[in-house]
This record gives sequence, C-alpha cells and structure tokens, in this order.
Amino acid sequence: MKHVLKDVESKFEMFQILNEDGKVVNEKAMPKLSDDELKELMRRMVYTRILDQRSIALNRQGRLGFYAPTAGQEASQLASHFALEKEDFILPGYRDVPQLIWHGLPLYQAFLFSKGHFHGNQYENDLKALAPQIIIGAQYVQAAGVALGMKLRGAKNVAITYTGDGGTSQGDFYEGINMAGAYQAPAIFVVQNNRFAISVPVEKQTAAKTLAQKAVAAGIEGIQVDGMDVLAVYAATKDARDRAVKGEGPTLIETMTYRFGPHTMSGDDPTRYRSEDLDKEWEKKDPLVRFRKFLEGKKLWSEEDENKVIEEAREDIKEAIKKADQYPKQKVTDLINNMYEELPQNLQEQLEFYEEKESK
Amino acid sequence: MAQMTMIQAITDAMRNELKNDENVLVFGEDVGQNGGVFRATEGLQAEFGEERVFDTPLAESGIGGLAIGLATQGFRPVPEIQFFGFLFEVMDSVSGQMARMRYRSGGTHQAPITVRAPFGGGVHTPELHADSLEGLVAQQPGLKVVIPSTPYEAKGLLISAIRDNDPVIFLEHMKLYRSFREEVPEEGYTIPLGKAAVKREGKDVTLVAYGAMVHAALKAADELAEDGIEAEVIDLRTVSPIDYDTILASVEKTNRVVVIQEAQRQAGVAANVVAEIQERAILHLEAPVLRLTAADTVYPFAEAEEVWLPNHKDIIEKVNQVVNF
Repeated sequence: MKHVLKDVESKFEMFQILNEDGKVVNEKAMPKLSDDELKELMRRMVYTRILDQRSIALNRQGRLGFYAPTAGQEASQLASHFALEKEDFILPGYRDVPQLIWHGLPLYQAFLFSKGHFHGNQYENDLKALAPQIIIGAQYVQAAGVALGMKLRGAKNVAITYTGDGGTSQGDFYEGINMAGAYQAPAIFVVQNNRFAISVPVEKQTAAKTLAQKAVAAGIEGIQVDGMDVLAVYAATKDARDRAVKGEGPTLIETMTYRFGPHTMSGDDPTRYRSEDLDKEWEKKDPLVRFRKFLEGKKLWSEEDENKVIEEAREDIKEAIKKADQYPKQKVTDLINNMYEELPQNLQEQLEFYEEKESK
Repeated sequence: MAQMTMIQAITDAMRNELKNDENVLVFGEDVGQNGGVFRATEGLQAEFGEERVFDTPLAESGIGGLAIGLATQGFRPVPEIQFFGFLFEVMDSVSGQMARMRYRSGGTHQAPITVRAPFGGGVHTPELHADSLEGLVAQQPGLKVVIPSTPYEAKGLLISAIRDNDPVIFLEHMKLYRSFREEVPEEGYTIPLGKAAVKREGKDVTLVAYGAMVHAALKAADELAEDGIEAEVIDLRTVSPIDYDTILASVEKTNRVVVIQEAQRQAGVAANVVAEIQERAILHLEAPVLRLTAADTVYPFAEAEEVWLPNHKDIIEKVNQVVNF
C-alpha cells in the first residue's frame, strides 16, 4: 500500500523571489518587468497602504461604513492584479476592493460601496468585474462560469477570483475549482492565506499542510507563493494567466500573507486571537518594506518618490470622499426600480407608497 | 400542429430558443448525451453541439454559479436542477446571487437565467425529490416563479422565461410530464409571465390553483357541476409575481373562494393569495376564503403520499363548506 500525502505536500514548497531583506533569491524566476513597471508596482502598493490608513480613519469618523482593512496584503492583491489585462474579469471578495480600483473603479465609488450605496457597484461597461462578494466562496463557482463563457466566446482572457484561507473550507470552493478544471476554463483562483478566518487559525481550518495542494484533487495546477513578495506573486499569476489563455486550464494560487489590521472595522479585535509575537514576525515580512529595499538597491525608488505617491493618494482620497459624500442619497424607490427589468404589480404599488414617503 | 406531452413541449421550447438565440445554453447533470433523467433535453446536444448543450459536474451550487458567470459573458443560461428538492444545495446561487444581480450592480448586470427543475408529488420518488418548494423561491425578491400545468402553456411560458432578462425558476410537475397530450404549435410562441388563466368559467365559487392541483380542481369542478355548482378555475401559472387582477375579477363574480396548493399550509403561496383577497375584496365575500393544502409535515415517504396530497375530493369538501357557509 502506498501512502502519498507526504509526497504530495513536499511538492508545494513556497515560491519566493525576494526574501525579507529585499534580496533576490531566485534569479531565474525573475519576471520580465521594466524599471517603470517595477516602480509602478511600488507606487500602487504605497498608494493602497495610504488608502487603507485613510479608510480606517474615515470609518472611525463615521464617514465610511463597512470596511475590511488591506494592509499587509498589498503584494497578494496588487501583484496578482498587475499580471492581468484590462479585459480580464475580476470576481473579488469583500477585502479585494484595491484590485477593483486598479482595474478602473473610481475611488468615490469604492467609498460609496463602503457607505452602502448601490452606485458603488454600478460599474462602467469597460470595468470587467463583479461587485465584492459577501458570501464566502460564492465567487468561486461564478468564476468558473465567467471563464467557461470566455472559452466559449474564444476570448483570450481570464477570470480571476479571490478568497481567503477560510474560503477553502466552503463547498463552493471545491465546486468552483473542480468545474473550471472539468471545462479547462481560463480561471485563476487566488487564495490569500492570511492565516485567520476572522479568528479561526488556518491550522484549525483544515488538515492540509498547504491550501495550494487542494488543486491536486481538482486536477488543476496549484502553487504556494510568498504573498509578501510582490515579484513572486506577479510571476506566479503571469504564468497562470499565460497557461490559461493557451487553453491549459485553471490554476490555484495560495499566497502566504497576513492582514496587519482587524478582519473588518465592525468591532473585530485581533488581540483576542493573535499574539503580539506573531504580529511582529509578520510585520518583518511587510511587502512594502521588502520591495522598497529591492528598488532602493537598484536606485529606482527614493523618499521623494514615496512622498510624491503619499501626497497624490491623500489628494485623491480627499476629493473622492467629498464626491461620495455629495452623491445623492440612495432611495428605496431606486431599490424597487432595480429589482426587475419591468416592475410587477406588487412592486408598482409599493413604489407609489415609497414615492410618497420619500417626497415628504 | 403536433400532439405533445408536457415534457415534449418543454424540449420543444428549448429547441426553439436554442435556434432563436445563439446565446442560449442548456446544461445540467445528465442533460447532454443522456438527454436528462426525464429526457427533457432529448436530442438537443446532438442537434446543437456540446458547446450549447452540455453536462455539468454533479454540483448544484456550482451549476447555479456557472449560470451566473455565463450570464456576465452575455449568455442566456438555462440550467437544469435535476430535482427541485436539491434547491437547498443551490439556494445561495439562486436567492443569494442571481436574484440580486440587477440590484447589487445598480442595473449594470442582469441574470437572464431560467432554472428548470422537476418537482411535485404522486410519482413515488425517494426523499427530497417531490417537495413543493415554490414558496421558498416565491419569497425571494428578484426571482419570478413559473409553474405550468399543460403542454401548450409549458412551451409558451418556457419561451417567455428564457427570453426574460430576470431570473426565472421554472418548475415542472413530474406527474404532468406525460399524463396527457394536447395540440402544441411547432413554431415558437410566448405566454406572458405573471398572468393567470381562467381554465373554466363558473359563477358560484372560485378555485385558485397551480401545477397539478389545476387538474384536481378541474376534476372537482366537473363533479360539482353535476350537483349544480359552477366553479370557476383559475390557474395562477406564475406564483411570483401573482396576477391579482384575474383573481379579484373572479371573486367579485363568485363571492366564494378556495385556494389550493400541493405544498404545506404554513407560509405558502395560498396564504398570500388569501391575504390579498381579504385586503382587496372583503365586501365581495360571502364566506371565509378557505385553503386546501398538504399537512405541515415534511414531504412523506412514498407509501403515504397519495393520502397526504390534496385531491379533487378534498376540494369538493372545501367547496361545500364555502357554498353552505
């Protein structure tokens, strides 16, 4: 009798290009990125870190609503997105608003999403994405459908979807990766393993040593990547995309990452389930610090560059929150009008009731 | 015109729409090569190819998600859930996702999906095949729920459902699949969703029903006529939204109503119909509006189902109660 589990697990060593000191440890895997592209990646990460800090502050002032902090996950989120084309389709989870923003979602709409206004999800035609998914895993089965649709249309694009470590325990996770595999559809399934599903550690989530190995059962490619290493995440996603558009099927990418903040701004206190030591250990892996060191070594990044991005982000955020605040309030009549293409009789009557109620 | 059973009419509707619109896709468990466990998709894969009519892995939630994803790419998916008792497996995709696409996206995405599923009692299935779960989906805003009772209507309603830009749950009563044939035009035609039909005119009492219960009501009406009671039979055809105008017009004429459903009594479609009638037409009523339903138990194992299900005799009894009130 042959027991294969250990053999399988040994195949999922974490893929890394830049170590914690910003040194290249895997020269042959270096992605082909121009100096401008490298700087752009850094710019996006800094911008997004500032956006996260400002969003938390705005939430505390009561000017934003639902918000899931992103600091720590910038490499996982933005480098995977950086490997995409404009026509690729994103199915985000609720923490994945940054990918939507860099895919073309105006900042004020991201704020409206947080405030709970449907205009936050009213995307222009050229923004290929669905709104952030609230149900854990539901986006995985939908991604299989988007990818199958692309395949049937003969489009050379991919569907990319995101969940967390907790999401890999859901039935929809397995159904999604299995279906995409069965149809050899061009999908990329990203699992941002930030080690905690709200409070439950990944060790209690599954007996699997890696989440990437779950790909094996679905018959698709899987890889575990250092999710704090922007170059590794980019290279892995680029490779997955290249294979997907060639018709070689989907890939599951597990990024090893950490959220520095709470689960959401709705009362979560990470000190109840995470030790200070663990926080410190992961802070040392900060994707921005690491990549900054790398770029400084190549004379591609300076304090001046950094300050310029910070200033730009702050200005954009100031304008966007102003625009979001001034946007006309959502009405119940808007809600009623968006339920069906044509209003049925019951809603027609209810529309009249709310038109009067809201005109008072 | 051809004589068709309801299942043939359903196949014909899908064939018509597969021809009519290249974005229509038909898929589900066993629907490809095998033509579906009830043969609803018989011959469609051979005619339209594996890219238009295809098997899925055995995963209902996945089938729902697949439909949603395909809809984002401009397709018009017609997924089959093999039995509606498996709704629980696909509930999030149906109620949590496709029903909310239009609102969630502020009208920038839609889900023109028709989920077909067989349901209904009296055919001795194992557990979780026969349940009448239309109430669960009728309660979900954003969905339309259609239940045909004849071959002719099944075809016209299914074509309308497939052409509709909102998600439609299309429920096919298993007992009606092959119970009778009728004339069904070979060309495509539509019957509007959300419109009830008067299946028999009468002046003494209104029977409101849908699905297989329409036939029980018609049978009851025949027997009642022998006793001089003329029952009007209304087939809802769509249980969400409900066509109250047709019901109220009948109530104003007959002043007596029995609402019949195969589903359990609590929180169902019939309760909603009764509530609307008393709110809108109480001065027209000569008797309380009665409901005939199954008991508030889970759907029984096969040996008990004949007694558990409402039948035409139960209907006659209820009619006598309202007529003699």
